[in-house]
Amino acid sequence: MTANSHTPGAAANDSHSGQIQYVTVFIGGQLFGLPIHKVHDVFVPESMTRVPLSAPEVAGVLNLRGRIVTAINMRRRLGLPQREGNHGIMAVGIEYRGESYGLIIDEVGEVLNLDASGREANPANLDGRWAEISGGVHRLSGQLMVILDVERVLGRMQGDMAA
Amino acid sequence: MDDLLREFLTETNESLDTVDVELVKFEQEPNNARILDNIFRLVHTIKGTCGFLGLPRLEALAHAAETLMGKFREGAAVTEEAVSLVLQTIDRIKGILAELEANEGEEPKGDDRDLISLLEAMSMAEAAPRKEPPKKEKKETAGTLVAQVLERELRPGEVSLDELERAFRETAVELPAAAEPAVEAPAPAPAGIDFARVAAEIEARMKQASPDGKTEKAKAAEDGDSEAKADKGSVSSQSIRVNVETLEHLMTMVSELVLTRNQLLEIVRRHEDSEFKVPLQRLSNVTAELQEGVMKTRMQPIGNAWQKLPRIVRDLAQELNKQIELEMVGAETELDRQVLELIKDPLTHMVRNSADHGLERPDDRRKAGKIEKGTIRLAAYHEGGHIIIEIADDGRGLSLDRIRQKIIENGLATETELEKMTEGQIYKHIFAPGFSTAAKVTSVSGRGVGMDVVRTNIETIGGTVDLKSVQGKGTTFTIKIPLTLAIVSTLIVESCGDRFAIPQLSVVELVRVQNNSEHRIERIKDTPVLRLRNKLLPLVPLAGLLKVDVSAEKSEDEGFIVVMQVGNVTFGLVVDGVFHTEEIVVKPMSKMLRHITMFSGNTILGDGSVIMIVDPNGVASAIGTAVATDTLDSHADADASRGIDNDAKISMLLFRAGSPEPKAVPLSLVTRLEEFEIEKIEHSNGRDLVQYRGSLMPLVYPNYEVRRREEGTQPMLVFSDAGRSMGLVVDEIVDIVEESLNIQVGSDVPGVLGSAVIKGKATEILDIGHYLPLAFEDWFKRKEISSAALTRKLLFIDDSAFFRNMLGPVMKAAGFDVTVCASATEALRLLGEGAAFDVIVSDIEMPVVNGFEFAEMLRRDARFKHTPIIALSALCTPASIERGRQSGFDEYVAKFDRPGLIAALKEITSADYGIAA
Repeated sequence: MTANSHTPGAAANDSHSGQIQYVTVFIGGQLFGLPIHKVHDVFVPESMTRVPLSAPEVAGVLNLRGRIVTAINMRRRLGLPQREGNHGIMAVGIEYRGESYGLIIDEVGEVLNLDASGREANPANLDGRWAEISGGVHRLSGQLMVILDVERVLGRMQGDMAA
Repeated sequence: MDDLLREFLTETNESLDTVDVELVKFEQEPNNARILDNIFRLVHTIKGTCGFLGLPRLEALAHAAETLMGKFREGAAVTEEAVSLVLQTIDRIKGILAELEANEGEEPKGDDRDLISLLEAMSMAEAAPRKEPPKKEKKETAGTLVAQVLERELRPGEVSLDELERAFRETAVELPAAAEPAVEAPAPAPAGIDFARVAAEIEARMKQASPDGKTEKAKAAEDGDSEAKADKGSVSSQSIRVNVETLEHLMTMVSELVLTRNQLLEIVRRHEDSEFKVPLQRLSNVTAELQEGVMKTRMQPIGNAWQKLPRIVRDLAQELNKQIELEMVGAETELDRQVLELIKDPLTHMVRNSADHGLERPDDRRKAGKIEKGTIRLAAYHEGGHIIIEIADDGRGLSLDRIRQKIIENGLATETELEKMTEGQIYKHIFAPGFSTAAKVTSVSGRGVGMDVVRTNIETIGGTVDLKSVQGKGTTFTIKIPLTLAIVSTLIVESCGDRFAIPQLSVVELVRVQNNSEHRIERIKDTPVLRLRNKLLPLVPLAGLLKVDVSAEKSEDEGFIVVMQVGNVTFGLVVDGVFHTEEIVVKPMSKMLRHITMFSGNTILGDGSVIMIVDPNGVASAIGTAVATDTLDSHADADASRGIDNDAKISMLLFRAGSPEPKAVPLSLVTRLEEFEIEKIEHSNGRDLVQYRGSLMPLVYPNYEVRRREEGTQPMLVFSDAGRSMGLVVDEIVDIVEESLNIQVGSDVPGVLGSAVIKGKATEILDIGHYLPLAFEDWFKRKEISSAALTRKLLFIDDSAFFRNMLGPVMKAAGFDVTVCASATEALRLLGEGAAFDVIVSDIEMPVVNGFEFAEMLRRDARFKHTPIIALSALCTPASIERGRQSGFDEYVAKFDRPGLIAALKEITSADYGIAA
């Protein structure tokens, strides 16, 4: 069902000596980091079912080992242009309020150990859509890593639907 | 919290629920030592465990209660107050337990001295030499008697029905009770029960009201059942407690196993002789059995949802000063625990309502000539894939006037609208939000929140609720709910490359449409319709509903039509393909998708892919206002389709002809909608004709203003009957609507039955019967119908929808209040229910029971001996007329002789009127 599926030690001590572990992903060329304890697994989304009338960000639903996962198209969520073809896309599995979600991203990076103190607030001029779901920024050598706040990515969408 | 404590909490809570039920029972039959024993044992166990776990507060309470119960066992009188006190104590214990659970096992602070001292005082009082029952005047309560007294009281001739009833119950439980060694109080000697008396009692009760003698037996069986259950409790080793989550998880895993098995089967199918075949077959069977077994673990007897009711009813009875008996039948009926959870609250609410509003006070009951004790009867049974729950009371019934008044106050309907409603329709308003007819708000009910919530709750689980009420006799609510929500049989369809599952429950049939086949999609102003067995079915493409991009090259007129029925609304869903049916395990949709009303859930198919489940209700309401009838109406419609209701909704075809005002005819009368090229209209012998299907079809103009078009095409309605067709020329076809056809203003203009309000506009209803003879001269020229000023109730029975639709409005226009039935049996049922009619018009040629037999049956009944009955028949030979006369028909009229029918009706009813006057 899912080929490349490795489950990072979810219980890894994230705040050990002020260090936070992040799973890094690329979306539209930008590096993002997800706190590792939020990430359930990483999988290749297969045979996705479209859901008519759903929010545009919802890419569809799919079967992941007997669970129905709602896939979120992160490019659309971030207002980025759609990529061509479905070749090599990946998804990050997340549990949120008892439901399974898959964030569809371009590529999975590595696991980084970062100092919590190195985190900076969102720059004031950050695109509203991004600021809404970003939990801050880490300056890495050569690039910036935007922290993806899972609660805000999904919570806002659930909230919108309820309204 | 340690495991021991958790175990204690679950167990104790369960025990306490049982104590509740048992205590109420005990209050009613204080002589039953077995019940008392049961309660005593439970309380004793609680006390013991509390002491062991170091919970002093609980222990003290339980101890005090136990002491009082001990006195009962020694033969102290059981008073209402004492039972109330014990119940109160149990409530306190429950409260403490709840806090205990919340506080992770720490007993909450607090003082129970108040209760304990009361309990002790009561025990002391009881310990004193037993007094004579203090409340002699309250004979019915039976709560003041003890075992030994019974023998003395049972003097011949002095026996109340209530006591006999008790005696009867004891008979049922005698055997197990005798076998119980722990009985301390002497059980009533079996010899003390006179079976003849019991039999007489049963007979008396059966005669009393309930026509179904089942009640007693069922009750006895139920009593026996609960005894058996109590026995089971002691053999605890045969059952174990399993966490619900564990079961749910098991269920998911089994579903997963099923999916994997299906995949394996699929793979093996591709390899001819694979050695895997045999073991896989075994795996397949085992999986199926496993699935069934796990499903079974979810099933629970409905009695679990009823457990709290005896206590609630008892408390209510005290609070309201009423005497209430709660009968429960079919408690062992099983249903899915998820459904069970969801109906618990609505059920409780409805029972409370029955107790508060339904049943009268004892003195009112006595005045009404009923026994003082009111009865609420709960019954559950299986029917098809559904479970039916009935809540019936023998109280005063719903007050039609009060509901009417309330409807007007709340602006739910106008007075004129009310006039037209049937009783059933009016009653149904109690399900409207904020509706309460209780004269005053009591602590029990009357706040106007309730019945609408009940309805909503029941409907969310795919159920329906209906009610019947007879003034002075009582009210019965009937709830119909699916057995399980988990497994649904669905039809898998395809639309624009996506697959969807449609619950089969609402699928009526499948029709394949092709351009050149018998069934093809036709259009009325871009609205697709399908002609299906002489009816026009509104169509809606699934792709359009779901706003999926329709690929251009696909022919819109080819595909499959899934004919669906939701409530009484029937429509066709156009899909590209139909695959197969599949039993699916419904999984709830993500919160992010729950706002999409078009889907009710999703699931994983055998091939591993996810599929969305279409919600028929959502689709029906999306189709448009015409279909999105409010539930109240659709209930009424359901009645109508059974022929009980004369304000039935009829699909009307709206068009314009001549004047700008809309005109309408019942859609079911229209055979086809056609447009003819103007050049094709020929003129011959002073009339317009077109060549239509190999013969000449005369065209008729409803009036002179209809525009004869100069070019292009002329729209027309084609009516066919008995191989002949007629084209009614119109200016424009406007719409198809569903409205109850209610001709409010009769008409003197030939060809117009009258005016009715359709879509909020006064609309002329055309009398097609008038135009048929215009097209064919051998039809009778229509005589004028002057509508009789008096409204007489008329029952019209005809198995053909065409005649029902054609003659129904004609008779209505002639001033009759017409009720239509599609069969004689339906009519008999209606008459049996007490509906009265001034005149009956019946078709002769009908299946099952024909008109002759029907008339003979009616004439045999004294009530209908003198009701005029008119026969309608296509066959009008002297022999058949004679046969009709012998069967008891007053008149015999040919089916197409409408003036004759009207004349006969007028003659008979005016004669009748003369007699009455």
